[in-house]
Amino acid sequence: MPVEPAVTRPRLPAEAAERPVLEIDGIWKKFGEHDVLTDVSLSVQRGQTVCILGPSGSGKSTLLRCVNWLERPDHGHIYLSGQRIGFRPVTDLPMSQAELAQIRARVGMVFQHFNLWPHLTVLGNLIEAPIYVQRRPRDEVVAEAEALLDKIDLREKRDVYPARLSGGQKQRVAIARALAMRPSVLLFDEATSALDPELVGEVLAVMEELAQDGMTMVVVTHEMGFARDAVIEVAPPDKFFETPKTERARQFLQRYASAPRAGLARRRG
Amino acid sequence: MMHEFAIVWAHKDRLLVGFGNTVVLSLLATAAALTLASPIAIALMSHRRPVRALARGLVDGMRCIPFLLLAYIVYYALPTLAIRLDNWTAGLCALVIYNAAYMAEILRGAWASLPREHVEAGLAFGFSGLKLYRRIILPPIVLACMPVLGNQMIQIIKDSAFLTIIAVPELTHEASAIQSTYYVPFAAFISAVLLYWVLCRLVEISVGAVERRARARR
Repeated sequence: MPVEPAVTRPRLPAEAAERPVLEIDGIWKKFGEHDVLTDVSLSVQRGQTVCILGPSGSGKSTLLRCVNWLERPDHGHIYLSGQRIGFRPVTDLPMSQAELAQIRARVGMVFQHFNLWPHLTVLGNLIEAPIYVQRRPRDEVVAEAEALLDKIDLREKRDVYPARLSGGQKQRVAIARALAMRPSVLLFDEATSALDPELVGEVLAVMEELAQDGMTMVVVTHEMGFARDAVIEVAPPDKFFETPKTERARQFLQRYASAPRAGLARRRG
Repeated sequence: MMHEFAIVWAHKDRLLVGFGNTVVLSLLATAAALTLASPIAIALMSHRRPVRALARGLVDGMRCIPFLLLAYIVYYALPTLAIRLDNWTAGLCALVIYNAAYMAEILRGAWASLPREHVEAGLAFGFSGLKLYRRIILPPIVLACMPVLGNQMIQIIKDSAFLTIIAVPELTHEASAIQSTYYVPFAAFISAVLLYWVLCRLVEISVGAVERRARARR
């Protein structure tokens, strides 16, 4: 009987329907000799917000960057709505840059340092990728972008360049820019940790609203308040499969800042 | 001396034709050099070593050749290889190749100092290949090196004076022709200098205007 390792089994399209939006299946990542991710798994259902907590250097950002293949995991699989990221179906050959770009266009990303394009206005930042990557009609994209600016309360900054915005405004624009792509999942990489304390609130408010609207989100954060209502789901990466009891996870949470390396995923609602 | 200037004034049509040719030559050369600079800059930043080495060779080569010599080579030496260009085309080609190399190096420098996150945001939003370059990389680097590119355009205007030696009827050529016909070197050359000065000032003023708009985006 031929041995078929489970890790390379191609996924059938029929299975896609009941699958989670995002599935991370046992990924490993090493930088030099340093193990950053060891066998991390995570699945995110449609409309769910998953928060990932942990001290700096524990690989939270690397995990997100693996999802849109800005970093390549050494082992493991990642699926977006059932489609394997980074490798072609059936042949299992690595995806070309253009194929990766198509996947990335379906994954929204909000960066710690906003990374708005300084040469474009606020509106320009929102419509750039929908027009030039997704090739959607300009009128439709502009109308949608203006509605998004209303939502984040920055309509009056439409024609301003990012350099003229406050940190909180920049990050709200960055969120709107990601939403303008109509992504299947939105990734937040420490979206509030580069902000002055008094600006954190306005960004968290937008994120709360999105979570309530049923946006599928993965949030790497230091904001305990935002992750407050969550149910503990997964524990330190060393023993990722040993799902901890809630009590143990709480203890872990209390002293997480002193832990050498830990990832903790919490699932809201 | 006033008499000398009166002679030059009498032949101002010739001088203005030369001036017009210098303007056309410089504008064409700038546009073409800037266009050609992009693929060279992309090659300079390529991950493939042979591509990078080839572009590096071209750029370093151009930077080590005196422009006068390049003009000689394109006009007088290329016919040996059965490439025969008229003096206008040869002059324009020499200006374009020479300055594209300089501009490519300017673009490469600005590109290398572009924050990694800026390009990463482009990748994360699904840009790749040429589209990534044209929409995400090129605009900010052109804005960033506007003053240096303006400088290079002034360099092109001044280099175009060398083309008198292959008989391109540009400003220096016409001034030289007037002075040798009527023996009025002072007035003829000073008039040409003034016209070059006007042209370079115009470039500086336009670059300054673009630069002010660019500053709003930083």
